[in-house]
Amino acid sequence: MAGGSTSGGSVKADTYAGVRHWLLAPSWLVLLTVVVGPLCIMLIYSFLTKEFRGGVVWEFNLAAYDKFFFDRGLFGDEAPRIEWTYISIYWRSILQAAIATLVSLLIGFPTAYFIATRPTTSRALWVFLITIPYWVNLLIRTVSMKFLLRDQGPLNAFLLSTGIIDQPLTIVNTDVAVQLGLFYSYLPFMVLPIYAAVEQYDHRLSEAAADLYASRWIALRRVILPAVKPGVIAGCILVFVPSLGSFLAPDLLGGARNFMIGSLIEDQFKGQAGDWPFGAAASMILLSMVLIVLIVAARRQARAKAAGGEV
Amino acid sequence: MNTESPIAIDVRDAVKRYGEFTALKKISLSIKDNEFFTLLGPSGCGKTTLLRMIAGFEDVTEGQIYLYGDEIEGLPPNKRPVNTVFQNYALFPHMSVLDNVGFGLEMRGASKSDARRRGGEVLELVQLSQFAKRKPSQLSGGQQQRVALARALAPQPKVLLLDEPLSALDLKLRKAMQIELKHLQRETGITFIFVTHDQEEALTMSDRIAVMSAGELQQLGKARDIYERPHNKFVADFIGETNLLEVSVDKIDNGHAICHLGGGHSLTCNAVDGIDVGTRVHISVRPEKLFTSDAPSGVESLKGIVKENIYLGTDLSTIINLDEGPDFTVRTSNSERGNKRIFEPGAQVFVNMEMGAARLLVD
Repeated sequence: MAGGSTSGGSVKADTYAGVRHWLLAPSWLVLLTVVVGPLCIMLIYSFLTKEFRGGVVWEFNLAAYDKFFFDRGLFGDEAPRIEWTYISIYWRSILQAAIATLVSLLIGFPTAYFIATRPTTSRALWVFLITIPYWVNLLIRTVSMKFLLRDQGPLNAFLLSTGIIDQPLTIVNTDVAVQLGLFYSYLPFMVLPIYAAVEQYDHRLSEAAADLYASRWIALRRVILPAVKPGVIAGCILVFVPSLGSFLAPDLLGGARNFMIGSLIEDQFKGQAGDWPFGAAASMILLSMVLIVLIVAARRQARAKAAGGEV
Repeated sequence: MNTESPIAIDVRDAVKRYGEFTALKKISLSIKDNEFFTLLGPSGCGKTTLLRMIAGFEDVTEGQIYLYGDEIEGLPPNKRPVNTVFQNYALFPHMSVLDNVGFGLEMRGASKSDARRRGGEVLELVQLSQFAKRKPSQLSGGQQQRVALARALAPQPKVLLLDEPLSALDLKLRKAMQIELKHLQRETGITFIFVTHDQEEALTMSDRIAVMSAGELQQLGKARDIYERPHNKFVADFIGETNLLEVSVDKIDNGHAICHLGGGHSLTCNAVDGIDVGTRVHISVRPEKLFTSDAPSGVESLKGIVKENIYLGTDLSTIINLDEGPDFTVRTSNSERGNKRIFEPGAQVFVNMEMGAARLLVD
């Protein structure tokens, strides 16, 4: 009797699983075509030979990767020599993205904490206010940032009028302008996950910390931050990754000298360089770097969880 | 009361207002050193507010609170030598049990190793040493409760505040913890202020109880005083089970008040101040102070008919309707000794009591 009813149940479960797979099929199809497909194309293109004015010739080789890393190629007669141009662009991009992420965190955390501690009724309004500028096109926002920051712009006018400075600050076409642009472009991606984490946070833990003689600063470091860490990590990833590949802010605010990865890649496909395999290879290198960062982060989190889970 | 034992917490005319709403209306009470003191009352009576004011989580709108003679208003919670056991425990989820217990010690300047060693000793006190390395989420509710207790006791506070700490536990565990808490209080010699809405819990554990209702102190006294000699209708009704009857005073004679119950029945009680002939007041008679018989017995006897018998395990509860008068509940112990007679529904009985069983109450 018992056996019969069990097998009946499992048949039902199998049918259900089958239906579920069919219902999920459209999503799988879309994901495969729009996510995996283009990546595969990029991967293949990065090993092809460039056509003179864009496009590719179907001849497989490692020329694109060779061009990225080596000045005197691996396949020449002389000893290879490392090409620093692109590596240094990557390095500077990582640095710029890291600074933008840090600034976003420093501004975004208090903002998110503030919103999450408002009365429930007004939280939605605050979140909406944070997202309002992002209904405007990124290009327009970045251009207006440039107007704001330029030598004769309102920021300099204000600082000059208050007497804080006596010479206009040159911000446009510097690293600082790029960092500000990136910070402004991606701030909500920092605020929203941290807001979600702080909203879940049990504020009685802060009371418990204060009750046990912890100052506010120590309570923040020892109790609040560890509790909302997943939100902070998510926010940092969501700001860092798009900052790294961004090309609008570096192009418009950084000028020619402050080239970043995104601009380099864009140039290969749309600009004068017109080297598709090289652009594809540069993208693949960027993707590998991002993946390594994400895998390391995920592993560390899994290890921390496992450490908490064992006796 | 006793000039020898110092006052741990002295609350003087404390008022707490939230905008228009007054949560506490001029409360004054003194809690003695080394006392197990309970704030008892229904939810919304202000007991938790008072506790949070002592802890420093709420400021005092008017009045003062003194801790061993020092006024503590204005001090933030982390500067007050009192610790709290929170209702939901509020254990730090990312820290081990031992680190939770050692947290307060560390904040008070103990080194990490010192905090761990002394935290370990306190864990031993609550019999949780074997769980030191676990995370709070891996413990049962009862174990978490004991961790919260150990964490609050570890820094050796001058006063320990307990905010309904047992309310999430099941009955058996709650009973066991009540006794454990009482023992811990005696062992450590720390003043405990315990907040609960459970009158039985309060009676079991407390040296003294403050009964609160609607932001006001209703009565303060030892468990026995509060149960046997309630000051007013609220206290009589809230603490234990009682027959609460509205009566009119017919006559006051030589310290005795003759009260009319309706239906031609009357009772004689000890008169209290503020009661005049003709006023309508309440009397309270505890069901276990009454006994039934088929002929009048005792000082007061009232005739009635048995309506219902309710078996309660240790006791039998009998509801008796007085002829054209109110109902009375009589509680009889189910012990073998005494050979009490059980009256079936419909039987005619007399409800009897000794002098002083019925208490007159001012509203």
